[in-house]
Amino acid sequence: MGFTYLDHTADIAVRAWGGTVGEAFAEAARALIGAMVSLEWVRPMTSRAFALRGSSLELLLVDWLAALVAEKDVSGLVFARFDVDIVEDGPEVALRASAWGEPLDPARHEPRLEVKGISLLGLRVRVDGETWFAEYVADV
Amino acid sequence: MDEFDRLEQVGEVEWVLAPYDCMIVPGRIYADRETIEQLRREEGDGAQWSAIRQVKHVASMPGIVSAALALPDVHPGYGFPIGGVGAFGIDDGVAVVGGVGFDINCGVRLLRTPLQRSEVASDIDRIGEDLFRTVPAGLGAGGSLRLSIREIDRVLEEGATYVVREGFGVADDLQFTEEGGRMSGADPDAVSSLAKQREFQQVGTLGSGNHYLELQYVEHVLDAAAAAAYGLSEGQVVVAVHTGSRALGHQIGQDYLKELGAACTRYAIAIPDQEMVCAPIKSPEGRRYLAAIAGGANGAFANRQMITHLVRVSLARTCGLDPSAVSTVYDIGHNNAKVEEHEIDGEVRQVLVHRKGATRAFGPGRPETPAAYRSVGHPIFVGGTMGTASYVMRGTELGMKKTFGSGIHGAGRALSRKKAAKKFWGEDVVSALRKAGIRIFAHDPRGVAEEAPGAYKDVERVVGAAQAAGLNHAVVRLRPMAVIKG
Repeated sequence: MGFTYLDHTADIAVRAWGGTVGEAFAEAARALIGAMVSLEWVRPMTSRAFALRGSSLELLLVDWLAALVAEKDVSGLVFARFDVDIVEDGPEVALRASAWGEPLDPARHEPRLEVKGISLLGLRVRVDGETWFAEYVADV
Repeated sequence: MDEFDRLEQVGEVEWVLAPYDCMIVPGRIYADRETIEQLRREEGDGAQWSAIRQVKHVASMPGIVSAALALPDVHPGYGFPIGGVGAFGIDDGVAVVGGVGFDINCGVRLLRTPLQRSEVASDIDRIGEDLFRTVPAGLGAGGSLRLSIREIDRVLEEGATYVVREGFGVADDLQFTEEGGRMSGADPDAVSSLAKQREFQQVGTLGSGNHYLELQYVEHVLDAAAAAAYGLSEGQVVVAVHTGSRALGHQIGQDYLKELGAACTRYAIAIPDQEMVCAPIKSPEGRRYLAAIAGGANGAFANRQMITHLVRVSLARTCGLDPSAVSTVYDIGHNNAKVEEHEIDGEVRQVLVHRKGATRAFGPGRPETPAAYRSVGHPIFVGGTMGTASYVMRGTELGMKKTFGSGIHGAGRALSRKKAAKKFWGEDVVSALRKAGIRIFAHDPRGVAEEAPGAYKDVERVVGAAQAAGLNHAVVRLRPMAVIKG
């Protein structure tokens, strides 16, 4: 499990991975929050549940990350721990997730870049052997 | 043969990509050779995207008129390239999400003051510090104006006019804002409740990344007549505000990436790239998208209006300036799609002009331009970097013919954030600029490294190319004195 930021001229490009697609989505989320604040200072004080559906894993990844971006403005929360479960449901894929974090505190969280949106460019969810990868570009 | 091999240089700073594959019209790129070579190198280095291929994509979209255009600050974007312009016929054309992007109506407002550089130079720390404390910037900084959903609907519909009526500005601010500070046709019902919820404390915030507020002075006047019309003279202190529609616009962009993705399937429109999702302009989906981005654009006008108010409050405190002494030169966006009339092949037609990282730059005589500027064309603002110059330019008659009256918006990145952060230290950048007489006030030192002057292209080259092509004409050169960053 982990993530890395790839080189990209204007924005933040991410490759995240894990043993399951859910783990890859959790790491993708950590990379997203890590672009905005210092993850190590975010304490798991409160949690939020997410339930999303999508027609593909890629579009589900966009919706998942976009939901986390929106949460920062709506409830003011940023998260550092994620538990993500993804199952096929008929023609769709469904995500259930819990996220643990706390209200964004500029004095403690070392705020960095504001993510404007999750792009469809370079969007990929794939499995290679035993490892799932989630790749995306965030516009900042 | 790739796009670069097919590019034909037809002028000193003009290149044509003749139609092939699905292209309906040619691509026309206004850039110097160095820019083209740099774009080619980046692609050769394994860059994930190519600005020239994106020009090709724009030229392939239904209803595109004349040519897909790229201006001298061209670099890869999402869907359209940055510096990309595409006009589409109203009856047969499409509204493209990738032609506007997430930061709807991101733009620049320039404010003039009666102050001279010599009057403030010794006091710049105090003035900059107060602006830094007064204008909320950076991630998590909320604005002083907290709005209910009903009030947000009014911002969506009325833009800067709402903010002025609430007491945060004067009528002249609106007169010298593009569209009078209020895009018509905005429909709050076309904007999701999530977008509205995200906006409630964002009006009057600068944001982060490449957004900035700068205290600058006029270093050189290059076009005396236009500078006089704009009320700018050598040594004069001005304030530039670069920001956009904040979370409101971001969410509208994200929502419609999905909604128009579905519309593309419904209307069986083949798209060359996922970011080019679109809908026919006259379809319900297309109309809804345009009504939503008009609302987003109004959010941006409102935001820059509120920041103008905060700048006035700060300058009153630090310089004793009466708020009426700080006036708007102009406010203009560089991510938008607008219905405009243009002469195309000898016939005046209505077209939907997408400008992505490009401003409107109307030459003399257009009715949309404020009367005071109509004889010279309206001003456009070309952001440099923290350590270099910015420019005020103006539209030209040739630009009306060649680019639907469009202009450059900035220098454009040369290094990725990752490379810039490796190459520069924020503290070093701050102290080097301090020696050059420029004060940096930033919430995030790493952000300063990423936005270091060396991470951007040379603004002089971009301005030079726009001028050489006859598209835009330089009016004054501005130098930063204090820079406020998120």
